[in-house]
Amino acid sequence: MALQSLDIARRSATTTPPPGVRQTTEVAKLIDVSACIGCKACQVACMEWNDIRDEVGSCSGVYDNPVDLTAKSWTVMRYAEVEEKGKLEWLIRKDGCMHCADPGCLKACPAPGAIIQYANGIVDFHQENCIGCGYCVTGCPFNVPRISKEDNKAYKCSLCSDRVAVGQAPACAKVCPTGAIQFGSKEQMKDYADKRLVDLKSRGYDKAGLYDPQGVGGTHVMYVLHHADRPELYSGLPDNPSISPLVGLWKGFAKPLATVAMAAVALGSLFHYVTKGPNEVSKELEDELEKEDAK
Amino acid sequence: MTNHWVDIKNADLVIVMGGNAAEAHPCGFKWVIEAKKERKAKLVVVDPRFTRSAAVADYYAPIRSGADIAFLGGVINYLLSKDKIHHEYVKHYSNATFLINPDFKFEDGIFSGYNAEKRNYAKDTWSYQLDKDGYAKVDETMQDPNCVFQLMKKHYSRYTPELVSKVTGTPKDAFLKVCEMMAETAAPNKTMTILYALGWTEHSKGSQNIRTMALIQILLGNMGMAGGGINALRGHANVQGITDMCLFGANLPGYLTSPNEADVDRKTYLEKRTPKALRPNQMNFAQNYPKWFTSLQKAWYGNAATDKNDYAFDWLPKIDGAYDTLAIFERMHQGKMNGFVCQGYNPLASIPNKKKVGDALAKLKYLVVIDPLTTDTSEFWKNHAEFNEVDSSKIQTEVFRLPCNLFAEDTGSFTNSGRVIQWHWKAADGPGESKRDVEILASLFLKLKEMYAKDGGKFPDAMMGLTWPYRIPGKPAPEELLMEINGKALTDVLDPKDKTKVLVKAGEQLGTFGLLRDDGSTSCGNWIYCGSWSQGGNNTAKRDNSDPSGLGQTLNWGYAWPVNRRIIYNRASADLAGKPWDAKRTLLKWAGGKWVGNDVPDMRPDAAPEEGVMPFIMNPEGVARLFAPAMADGPFPEHYEPFETPLDKNPFHPNNPKATSNPAARVYKGDMEVFGKAKDFPYVATTYRLVEHFHYWTKHSKLNAVVQPEQFVEIGEELAKEKGIASGDKVKVRSMRGFIKAVAVVTKRIKALDVDGKKVHTVGLPNHWGFKGVAKSGYIVNTLTPFVGDANAQTPEFKAFLVNIEKA
Repeated sequence: MALQSLDIARRSATTTPPPGVRQTTEVAKLIDVSACIGCKACQVACMEWNDIRDEVGSCSGVYDNPVDLTAKSWTVMRYAEVEEKGKLEWLIRKDGCMHCADPGCLKACPAPGAIIQYANGIVDFHQENCIGCGYCVTGCPFNVPRISKEDNKAYKCSLCSDRVAVGQAPACAKVCPTGAIQFGSKEQMKDYADKRLVDLKSRGYDKAGLYDPQGVGGTHVMYVLHHADRPELYSGLPDNPSISPLVGLWKGFAKPLATVAMAAVALGSLFHYVTKGPNEVSKELEDELEKEDAK
Repeated sequence: MTNHWVDIKNADLVIVMGGNAAEAHPCGFKWVIEAKKERKAKLVVVDPRFTRSAAVADYYAPIRSGADIAFLGGVINYLLSKDKIHHEYVKHYSNATFLINPDFKFEDGIFSGYNAEKRNYAKDTWSYQLDKDGYAKVDETMQDPNCVFQLMKKHYSRYTPELVSKVTGTPKDAFLKVCEMMAETAAPNKTMTILYALGWTEHSKGSQNIRTMALIQILLGNMGMAGGGINALRGHANVQGITDMCLFGANLPGYLTSPNEADVDRKTYLEKRTPKALRPNQMNFAQNYPKWFTSLQKAWYGNAATDKNDYAFDWLPKIDGAYDTLAIFERMHQGKMNGFVCQGYNPLASIPNKKKVGDALAKLKYLVVIDPLTTDTSEFWKNHAEFNEVDSSKIQTEVFRLPCNLFAEDTGSFTNSGRVIQWHWKAADGPGESKRDVEILASLFLKLKEMYAKDGGKFPDAMMGLTWPYRIPGKPAPEELLMEINGKALTDVLDPKDKTKVLVKAGEQLGTFGLLRDDGSTSCGNWIYCGSWSQGGNNTAKRDNSDPSGLGQTLNWGYAWPVNRRIIYNRASADLAGKPWDAKRTLLKWAGGKWVGNDVPDMRPDAAPEEGVMPFIMNPEGVARLFAPAMADGPFPEHYEPFETPLDKNPFHPNNPKATSNPAARVYKGDMEVFGKAKDFPYVATTYRLVEHFHYWTKHSKLNAVVQPEQFVEIGEELAKEKGIASGDKVKVRSMRGFIKAVAVVTKRIKALDVDGKKVHTVGLPNHWGFKGVAKSGYIVNTLTPFVGDANAQTPEFKAFLVNIEKA
């Protein structure tokens, strides 16, 4: 979904400088885990707004359903039962794209214009330009993008860039019954988080804090956590996420070489497409990506 | 709810017990979060499971399912023995000072007047001592051993923290912590709200579960206060509405009671139901019963109801026994019913003991199902492999399916849990041949009337005399119906104080039930809804959410019954002199010769405080009842075990087997025999809903099925280990009445409890699955549940019974 081109701040695999005349406020979604009841209204709203229906799956012995992000489920609730010193907590976290200020997916993406970062901070996939290579998956420090088996393109939360473009909050924030999902300017969201942290600290959560990891330049989806010192308690939220060094390599000295290689690949793809039809991920590439995932 | 959804934000302490508000009422739960965020309120959850509500709670205490009265009785003992009560409130606004018949007794778990054979009580000793004028005697010092306060103190002195912990399985320190938090709200300017639902009602002592909490709220002075009250969170968006309009055969609209065979005429019927005041100067509002009933008869029978024919009293059916759902299915099972019209209802899945329900339906000649969806009940006769193993060739019942519209395909009103009636407008046309429910029923009525007119019949009067004043007889409009329910003046209604003054002109809509008359000059289909569509128009369609007090008292949003009052008993929010207990949360106060404030006063507007008119105006006493003779199973709540108990006795009365389970609960022949015993079925099972689904509807909806696709059961890690069950394994859960198979969810959120020296495990059974829909087919959970209900309301005991579990 394209916002107006004036709002584009970065474009994957593109060297042309972005337009700079318009000033845009940075936005953010704040997920207050301490107010989340795990009702999954956000999951349903996401499927409804984007007009996508995931498959009816099965129960695998947990409340999580669908059990993981998919090309059709751009957000899922993750439920963690944490028991320490006889005190049980059910930490429920809405997982999905974090909309990093420094997006690993965009940096890793070799397809021109397949990944866009808007001036308001939203990182969006433009599937019409996606070649399905899966580098965005490798590049993502949060393991978010998913490649569709149906069309071999990458999908993830768009932070409802289409709604935000017309002054609406993302669908998940709109439906959240308890106000656990807030949306506004990044500054407003930080202020709101400060208030919540005062409340949480008064209830004995000394380590309550805001999750806005600087390793990726901060994020446009932030969490209020009761245990900000241990984000991994929340179904493995990374403590100090950063972009894979491989992506750095790709963007560093290898880039000029890569650009040449990329042009060759693009040309090759074109021939491939003309002669063999649409692309499919090779087994080797998949294996390589999985290895990356494991890291 | 005595209060309303938005008012939850005014609480200092929110108790979720006997319910799981975050799971079943996520939208309303926003006000709990609001109270926490903005008022620094604390949230406490007491539940057998660590629920979604517990996930955001400040404190969680586990409890064995079916032991709520033991827990709450213990709280009462704590409050009384530590003197943590709101003294002025208790003394003046409750019947604590009232003297009780000295012959009233409670011995070894049984109240005086018990008939073991009939399993009921003669209540003549459960009575007040009356003076020569017929008023109840009181002892203002509350020292008389027969005064309610002393009797109550004695009754609950047995509920020591040690015994409570032994019965409930709640660790003693957790129990005391909850007591302490509740006790803080005895301060006049602190309030506690309680949010409960089916976790309290669906027990063989469901009504008493709620009453025990009511006693606590009275002792703490939390009734009638903003942020207080007893708040039942209702299920289906309009289940409050259907209860108001008469859910049970034993009721008429507006909680009037159905006549029975002993009510030989209108006079007898009314005399029994029109109470006399039990204390001087009380409003005794139920003295208006004849006005409500006569106006109802005029709404139903119009011109055919006159003083000559006793306002058509004889045309009403006279109840000859119980007609609750269990009683209906018992009759059906005994082969005493030919036909059954099943509207918006899926009893095969909703009534306990599926086998019995299926067998009962198979004895019918015909079954009519009016529903927007293909219910499991409408295919009870069809073999759905393991999920419904029946031999269709042996079932002769003829089934008619009449597709009706969903609520969004019809205009009408919803009444929410907070008693707020809200008009809603049709959003889309129904598909195919579907019709509005009203249209289906109207066509059925007109056809029957036509047949009576043509062929005559045994008793055509009730059918032929019914008034049917709708513009299109086959399609009564929702607007016409609400106007009729509200009621109007049939002739000019005069001021009783000045007969020359006309209060309402003939033909005009009535603005309040204060205008109803018992002389046939007014009609009203439900007295508590009077005012919802006044002469000014449809008040339920009002959508002004302005909230001048900031308390959420949006008096111009919809219309709340009664008389647009948002918080009932609100007179109790002020002291005897009419000064609010908490000025910051003023609901009303006495000022300038009248009651004014942020709500419609629950008091005669000009009743000066010195007149001593007390706040509980519906009671002839004028005060709240700590001692309540109206209950079927005792004036004070007492702990009894569920009918299927993991213990072989009631630890409160170990030597009296009659007092093991509720002595006044009705048990049918054949059902007692299929109650399981702990030696064969050692685990406590409890059924419940999940947030992803609504009852048995949303298994038809893909979005809901995606987020919760397949049936599961929940067990704790310790039981799983004992049984060699891992998360994701298929398990078989058996009760005395059948079995189900489902996926196991092994969780830390259900813990084994130490009960009476035994380790008691809980098996959690979410409802929602069946054999029709787009979610994965599953077993009907009510295959397992026992066919017994609460002694007062007959709500089935879905929440506490026994099962065994093994790897499938």
